[in-house]
Amino acid sequence: MNLEKVVFGFFILLAATLNFGFFIGDLGRPEYHNVYELFAAIVVNLVATVLKFGDRTQIGAVHLATSLVADLQLVAAAVLWAVVVHVSGEGMTAVNTASVVSLSGGALFANVVSVVLLIAETVMLRR
Amino acid sequence: MSQINSIVFIILRRMRAPLIVLIAIYAIAVCGLTLIAGVDAAGKPAPPLSFFHAFYFVSYTATTIGFGEIPTAFSDAQRLWVTLAIYLTVIGWSYSIVTLLALLQDKGFQSALITARFARRVRALREPFYLICGCGETGGLVCHALDRLGQRFVVLESREQRVQELDLEDFKTDTPALAADAAQPANLLLAGLRHPQCRGVLALTDDDSCNLNIAIAVRLLHPEIPVLARTDRQQVAANMASFGADHIINPFEIFADSLALALRAPASLRLCEILTGLAGSELPEVHRPPLGAWIVCGYGRFGRAVASRLQQAEGQALTILETRVPDDAGHRVVTGNGNDANCLRMAGVAEAVGIVAGTSSDSNNLAIAMTARELNPALYVVMRQNQAANALLFEAFPDDYTLVPSQVVAQACVAILTAPLLERFLQLVRQQSNDWAATLAERLLALCGARVPQVWSVRLDTAGAPALEQALRHGEAIGLGVLTGDGGISSLPLLIERADRQLLLLPDGATRLQAGDHLLFAGRRTARSEQMLLLNNVNALDQALGKPQAGSWFGRWLARRA
Repeated sequence: MNLEKVVFGFFILLAATLNFGFFIGDLGRPEYHNVYELFAAIVVNLVATVLKFGDRTQIGAVHLATSLVADLQLVAAAVLWAVVVHVSGEGMTAVNTASVVSLSGGALFANVVSVVLLIAETVMLRR
Repeated sequence: MSQINSIVFIILRRMRAPLIVLIAIYAIAVCGLTLIAGVDAAGKPAPPLSFFHAFYFVSYTATTIGFGEIPTAFSDAQRLWVTLAIYLTVIGWSYSIVTLLALLQDKGFQSALITARFARRVRALREPFYLICGCGETGGLVCHALDRLGQRFVVLESREQRVQELDLEDFKTDTPALAADAAQPANLLLAGLRHPQCRGVLALTDDDSCNLNIAIAVRLLHPEIPVLARTDRQQVAANMASFGADHIINPFEIFADSLALALRAPASLRLCEILTGLAGSELPEVHRPPLGAWIVCGYGRFGRAVASRLQQAEGQALTILETRVPDDAGHRVVTGNGNDANCLRMAGVAEAVGIVAGTSSDSNNLAIAMTARELNPALYVVMRQNQAANALLFEAFPDDYTLVPSQVVAQACVAILTAPLLERFLQLVRQQSNDWAATLAERLLALCGARVPQVWSVRLDTAGAPALEQALRHGEAIGLGVLTGDGGISSLPLLIERADRQLLLLPDGATRLQAGDHLLFAGRRTARSEQMLLLNNVNALDQALGKPQAGSWFGRWLARRA
């Protein structure tokens, strides 16, 4: 067992699950989408991105790309949240909540691709 | 591209740990601030900071900017947490910066950086250049000669110290140099072996097998360009010739050939030396080795080459002096040390006219020469100098003819590169008589005022001579004289190679030029630039041909209409 592989898989999966946890629930209802979960998803996604640095293989490059997409989407969601809560003062209306959550939904898709890549890599290794 | 990539990847890989630590510290600090209750102006508990305010606060505190407690004054619990966060973030940043600095100091990273810069400079070259592999004594001489001609070159050299010395040398042209093993094909590619402007490769390292590797790599990776390879060994030379290395330069063979030529026709050798010398330098001294009995000390690679040439010359009695008896000599052999007076006497030094001190040790060669001179002051002494560092000693001894391998190789390389037709011409010179060569040398020296003339070749095609080629294509009859004496240009045409490989030696001014001709000239440096003008500029050519014309395209169109 390679500890590095464990840590790598752990962070990729955790990024996907946290992202999913934030995303799941009625799109327009702010009480179903905890901001702490968004924060945790961003942090874990960033760590997963850094873990993917410096891998020169083709699959490593795709891994890094998916992570960067997820980061972009999640940061966009966080910025949107900050704008509606603090800058415009509208607060988390149904429309704004739906925007934030759907941005994180895009990130979730990228994270799922990342997990699929991880599984594919593992399966190829088995053979 | 791959070098830049590898630098980015090295940085990213090494920065992984500090970046993760930094992210974790930021996350802890921000998260903590969003959980700890604040206090309002009246001293009552207030809700904690939101994520936005917490991130803003940590951002300016962690980078030690420190605006104060924004948006409202903090509660003591918050201050306790912030104290902890400040220390944590400072540690995180210090760790990152220290790692980055260590990376910049790293030997492997530095060499990746230098390699990337070298590759970029080579890629950016937009002029024709030569790739010089091995920049020791020989390579250094070639570099300086090419630099004086304004020719670009790229250097691969295995010793790092030598590359640093190259940086200090005052080259006119910008010279990319890299400390790397030229025997590795990857390094050759890095140095521009497949670059469209690469005009040729010079394999000049001290190591024969390395030169062989370079020659093979050039033949396989870029077969169109010529490769000049240096070797001291017959077997390696034969090996190189077998796969078609263009020019194999063996200093011992070249020198032995020169010595043989000097015995037979000293004026021919002098002509060859004048034509292959560095333009503008002092004239080479005249070598007149006498015919008669010769002694060759040292029967190694050099001794064998010299002995075989001396044997071919007529009227030579040859004695070999060598510590071990060679089995394949076929000459009179005396066993013994050349610097021993008795051995020299036994070899017949008193009756000999010349001696060749050709062992692989400089001190031995000097000792042989000095002992032999004492025994027979009239002796003609030929010496082999192995180390350039001993040049002072060899200059101090009044010998008659010295072989300096690095100089011989460098001169041969530069002659081949500057005028490709010169080699052919020199072969023809060797077939001509001594008097013929003496006359030609006199004419050349009269032209160039007792200095080594510039030798250059011109090809009459669209690239080499656009104006002249166009005139020839329009069917104009142009004599060679236009390019030399007639137009007031003082240069001497030596050879014309016609498109059908026919050779014209010393053509006269009435010779009609043909498109596709390859011409060899010798003359002053100014003569060359004047000739260039005629070859490239339509107006200058028309004036030289005695038909002034309107220079512009429109004017010429009008003239045609009229």
